[in-house]
Amino acid sequence: MNNTVIAYYPGCSGKGSSAEYDLSTRTVLRHLGVDALEVENWSCCGSSPAHAVDHVLSAALSGRNLARVRSMGHDLVTTPCPSCLSNLKNAAHAVRDDDVRAKVNSLLDEECPTDVEAISTLQFFLEQVGLDTIQEAVVNPMPTLRVVCYYGCLTTRPPKLMCFDDPENPMSMDNILECCGIEVIPFPLKVDCCGAAFGMPRNDISSRLSGNILNMASELEADAVVVACPLCQMNLDLRQNQVNKACGTHHQMPIFYFTQLMGLSMGLSKKNLGLSKLAVNPEPCLARAGVR
Amino acid sequence: MQAITIQEQDNDFRAEVERRSGQSMVECYQCGNCTAGCPFDFAYDLPVSKIMRLVQLGQREIVLSCHSIWLCASCKTCTTRCPNSIDVAKIMDVLRHMARESGHIKERTVKAFEDSFLASVKKTGRLHEVGVALGYEMRTGRFLTDIDLVQTMVSKGKLSIKPHSMHNSDQVAEIFKRFNGGIHE
Ligand code: SF4
Ligand code: SF4
Repeated sequence: MNNTVIAYYPGCSGKGSSAEYDLSTRTVLRHLGVDALEVENWSCCGSSPAHAVDHVLSAALSGRNLARVRSMGHDLVTTPCPSCLSNLKNAAHAVRDDDVRAKVNSLLDEECPTDVEAISTLQFFLEQVGLDTIQEAVVNPMPTLRVVCYYGCLTTRPPKLMCFDDPENPMSMDNILECCGIEVIPFPLKVDCCGAAFGMPRNDISSRLSGNILNMASELEADAVVVACPLCQMNLDLRQNQVNKACGTHHQMPIFYFTQLMGLSMGLSKKNLGLSKLAVNPEPCLARAGVR
Repeated sequence: MQAITIQEQDNDFRAEVERRSGQSMVECYQCGNCTAGCPFDFAYDLPVSKIMRLVQLGQREIVLSCHSIWLCASCKTCTTRCPNSIDVAKIMDVLRHMARESGHIKERTVKAFEDSFLASVKKTGRLHEVGVALGYEMRTGRFLTDIDLVQTMVSKGKLSIKPHSMHNSDQVAEIFKRFNGGIHE
């Protein structure tokens, strides 16, 4: 595919705790001939705290960004973050109702458009770039790397809103990574919630839920867990020691973003994929898989 | 299982939940599917299907003063699996809004986190992770929350002391000003 241009919403975590997701996503997109055009002057989507407080406020915070996309002349925007995606989609859906749209617009300087759609970058890779193009770009398959794909709760849910993949047994990430020459083992906890929203206020709860995921991955003898969500990643990677402490375990499980493994299979440099930013050191696992 | 003593039925409560969520309570036939899949059920004081029943029965006080509505993570498993296509997660959201408005705050740390998060967005237009942590610590007095993560984040270049810059962050502050809801700073 030749120089497709797509509006790209990085989300706040992309500028901080998930910098490597943003970096590796842009790197791989560019390598596959896609220009990711950052939404001009984007702001926070409000994430879960906004809809926990009020649905109109939440739609307005996201709607402001849909208006920014429209002003760039685009009607499609992609974001790597499922939480941002869920909010952007919710806003796009909510403003189809006249009453809600009036309320949302009363909070905004620039009206929220009704014709801008948001999709995940995962969906963009699968549907608009395509598995064939991805496979053609692979120069460095990693057949001895055994991973499980963990989608988290929001990537495909609720199905009526997300309209992507299977809500109980999604396969999009599995298929992409298999295309990249990686061994993907079936994972029964694919869509279970990791509890990330409560990492700060109720760490006891989130540790238990994240612990379940790490335990299952290690029982299946996975070398690593692969994710598509910055909140899941932070919870499983950065907080892995907290989880170990709370659950009495000793996991040292690398948690990759799927874009990082895509990039490695395409021979892209570790630096441009932000591998050194992962909290659990991925190098031993990569060395075993023959990646240098 | 705990027995709950039912109070006088408040039909306005049920009607308000229906109006604000756009869902019809009568469609719930208590199959329990939502509770069976709820990852937070182990931490809930009232299972989500029981909350549905109590809303049907107009039990305002019991519902708004439970912990569960604060602990729901909006994972939407219930919404995905309800055989009657009820958006159960949306009802949980609405109940939390109503609990906020009426001052039923059963999980202070959760509320403090939400308030800190939104205050940070209001101030700078984008989320500033350090700002949220500090705001949370100020609100709860839990000054060493996540201190173990700070070192890792600093060494990975993931923690910036200054918020990420954005032009016109006042446009975002305006959204909050116009909203004028129950966010207490
Ligand atoms: S799954 Fe739906 S019908 Fe069944 S108890 Fe829950 S809300 Fe009611
Ligand atoms: S959305 Fe809330 S109530 Fe529903 S399953 Fe998830 S945590 Fe439980």
